[in-house]
Amino acid sequence: MTDVLEPRAIGRDLLRRDGGLKVRGTAVYADETPVPEGAGPPAYCRVVTSTVARGRIVDLDTTAAEALDGVQRVLTHATAEHLASTEDRELAVLQDAEVGFRGQIVAAVLADSDEIAREAAGLVEVRYAAEATNAELRAELRADRTDLYTPEKVNAGHETDTATGNMDDALALAPVTLERTYRTPMQHNNPMEPHATSALWTGTHLTLWDSTQSVHRVRDTVVQVFGLAPEQVRVVCPYVGGGFGSKGTPHANVVTAALAARALPGRLVRFALTRQEMFALAGHRTPTIQRLQLAAERDGTLRGIAIDVVEQTSKVKEFAEQTGVPTRTMYAAPNRRTTHRLAALDVPVPSWMRAPGECPGMFGPEVALDELAVELGIDPVELRIRNEPEVDPETGRPFSSRNLVACLRAGAERFGWADRDPEPGTRRVDGWWVGTGVAASVYPTIRMTKSTATVRREGDRYVGRIGAADLGTGAYTVLPQILADALGVDEARVDVLLGDTDLPEASVAGGSSGTTTWGSALVEAAREFRDEFGDDPREGDEAAADVPPNPAEQEYVMSAFGAQFAEVRVHADTGEVRVPRLYGVFACGRIVNPRTARSQLLGGMTMGLGMALHEQSLLDPRTGAVVNHDLAEYHVPANADVADLQAHWLDEDDPYVNPMGSKGVGEIGIVGTAAAVANAAWHATGVRVRDLPITLDKVLG
Amino acid sequence: MDPELTLTVDGATHTTTCDTRTSLLDLLRRRLGITSPKKGCDHGQCGACTVLVDGRRVLSCLTLAVTRDGAEVVTAAGIDGPLPQAFQEADGFQCGYCTPGQVCSAAGVLDEHARGWPSVVTADLTDTPALDDAEIAERMSGNLCRCGAYKGIREAVRTAAGAATR
Ligand code: FES
Ligand code: FES
Repeated sequence: MTDVLEPRAIGRDLLRRDGGLKVRGTAVYADETPVPEGAGPPAYCRVVTSTVARGRIVDLDTTAAEALDGVQRVLTHATAEHLASTEDRELAVLQDAEVGFRGQIVAAVLADSDEIAREAAGLVEVRYAAEATNAELRAELRADRTDLYTPEKVNAGHETDTATGNMDDALALAPVTLERTYRTPMQHNNPMEPHATSALWTGTHLTLWDSTQSVHRVRDTVVQVFGLAPEQVRVVCPYVGGGFGSKGTPHANVVTAALAARALPGRLVRFALTRQEMFALAGHRTPTIQRLQLAAERDGTLRGIAIDVVEQTSKVKEFAEQTGVPTRTMYAAPNRRTTHRLAALDVPVPSWMRAPGECPGMFGPEVALDELAVELGIDPVELRIRNEPEVDPETGRPFSSRNLVACLRAGAERFGWADRDPEPGTRRVDGWWVGTGVAASVYPTIRMTKSTATVRREGDRYVGRIGAADLGTGAYTVLPQILADALGVDEARVDVLLGDTDLPEASVAGGSSGTTTWGSALVEAAREFRDEFGDDPREGDEAAADVPPNPAEQEYVMSAFGAQFAEVRVHADTGEVRVPRLYGVFACGRIVNPRTARSQLLGGMTMGLGMALHEQSLLDPRTGAVVNHDLAEYHVPANADVADLQAHWLDEDDPYVNPMGSKGVGEIGIVGTAAAVANAAWHATGVRVRDLPITLDKVLG
Repeated sequence: MDPELTLTVDGATHTTTCDTRTSLLDLLRRRLGITSPKKGCDHGQCGACTVLVDGRRVLSCLTLAVTRDGAEVVTAAGIDGPLPQAFQEADGFQCGYCTPGQVCSAAGVLDEHARGWPSVVTADLTDTPALDDAEIAERMSGNLCRCGAYKGIREAVRTAAGAATR
């Protein structure tokens, strides 16, 4: 048990502290960094990217580009500096003639204006010896590929495969079995702010104003790649225009910006990816193929549950999405299996996208459960309740708190589920087929192991410092609420500074871990502060603390849960799919700020709606190119796509997670949404869509 | 020789030269250091660069600066009245990157609505439509928000519309 804070500021729906700047547009993002005093006029960087998926550069002619007035440098593998470490192939920018995916950076032009840089980039001529990209082998994910392999671990350090009991026996003996294959597509994070860096090399020191979810991670990476000392590199990021994981780990653009700055000492170099370039250089969510097997008694009791996942990674660098992991926790069954297999393709490097693992990994299972419910004639809410485990099914450890059933019940009540007629394809209103569906959500409660915070008395205020990030999550607002309660002072007297490696080291804003991790460090620092200086500290008194380990993590499994209910309308003639109602009810610990937390949950659900209906990156297997690489063709939800969207939560007191009682709200909203919509689309039409997104061609079937 | 042009931005007059290829967005951001309008796509697909030019909302990334000599530009930094506060109260944003474009677009919507302009979802073209959720959603759909703040954005526009007509 941790000492849970007495909530005073915690729980209040305070306005965002950075709101005034954001609505006027005066919050400063990376590409907008003013030219620092003493630096020369800014230079602009544009890149040339590969047009083949695999091959070698045999000729690279920069003469015409260099001849252009205003061009300062053209960097290529022949002219760029040698990096100290090229171990991470994604970050080994301009180091050799090899091309590992289409869209890879093969040259960088630095010029006095962006227009000149862009023109010059167009003048660089590159010839490749392309290894023929065989349509079959190179860039196409299929479950029957013969070169699938077993990764050592999957993302976040999870086991690749797990098994309990005997799934084959369960399938042979159970009266009802179900085997289905589900697919989720390649997707792109597409934060509204393109990945951008302003970089300045003074000859000894490198400063990067970078759009990132972790300034310290960027610094450590750059230090390693360039062989610099940590004191030589500073990374600053006061505001991030969204990231959703793509800015959680530095990509090739950051290395390019640093290379460019070092080639032009004393000038601030600006490098922002174009929206199109982001589809190759900023990570993507791997497509998944999920084979689900369920074995059940006639009353719905699961005897077995298995998921076998096939997904892609890049030959350049491995990323193994942990898609099978949520199945390990969701439902009770004595026999179980989860596996992950990868195909290494000539594609850009996959990475984190909001709720990696849980988000795609709750599509297959939650639709499969719906299919089983139909087969058994049991209500899908009831089927889930019947399979609620008492302890974590794989580890046998108790949950610190688990309120999935309460979420299902509360959601059913709000949504008006009780009178639902289970028959599909029977309700037609004004030319639209109408249906409803449900699915569960889950996301683990993660506390990162490293983060340090300081607390200092300054004037009549208290200032917390931690190099964390607010990418719209509300950290600027929520962390002062936490620190105020930890210090026992009024929230209005507390500031928390973020986003600079000159501040104490903080973990990445990812895994919905920010509030939990940074909050724990701040609470610990506040305890030290009070112990040392009492309630009447003097100017300059300061205490520091690391995030403490939580021994309860060994004893308990910690997770947030939720239930999402969707109403879907499918136009009888055109197949157009709309979602007039989407309600989520979550049990995600104590809510520190209802206003910002609600926005996080709604934002996750909105992205889940995009996953259900819109989002898919279409990779041409012959060329390795994402052909719909912009916002006109990679569709994300627009305002009118979102109708009656509601996020609610239950009061949940979990004394084991951390002193705030928080579980994280950034990702759970996207988990399960697509399954709820797909289940509702089936209920509306009788057509079962097992591969996302649910487009009109599929429902017209 | 780069041509010279004069713009009024949020009330201040700027005279500058610019490369004829420069978009209004890049002129504001790069040349004048006015970074309230954002670049989300540079292709007219996201709305982040929305500003008001002579009172009408335009995508500044699709506007060549030299075509707007003498224009009066208003960015979100120059918008007063109930909108900015309404956006904050409704938490109509998260990361804030689409937000200046949303605020400018919202100002445009309020003005267009006040002039009685219909939208594609307006049922009765003979009457001024009420600015309900569906009307606002339709009129604001040119501004993408990846953070998914649409519900708050609609609430903010509704609140500001109410305040304007009171
Ligand atoms: S930047 Fe102009 S519409 Fe996207
Ligand atoms: S607030 Fe982040 S994109 Fe709209």
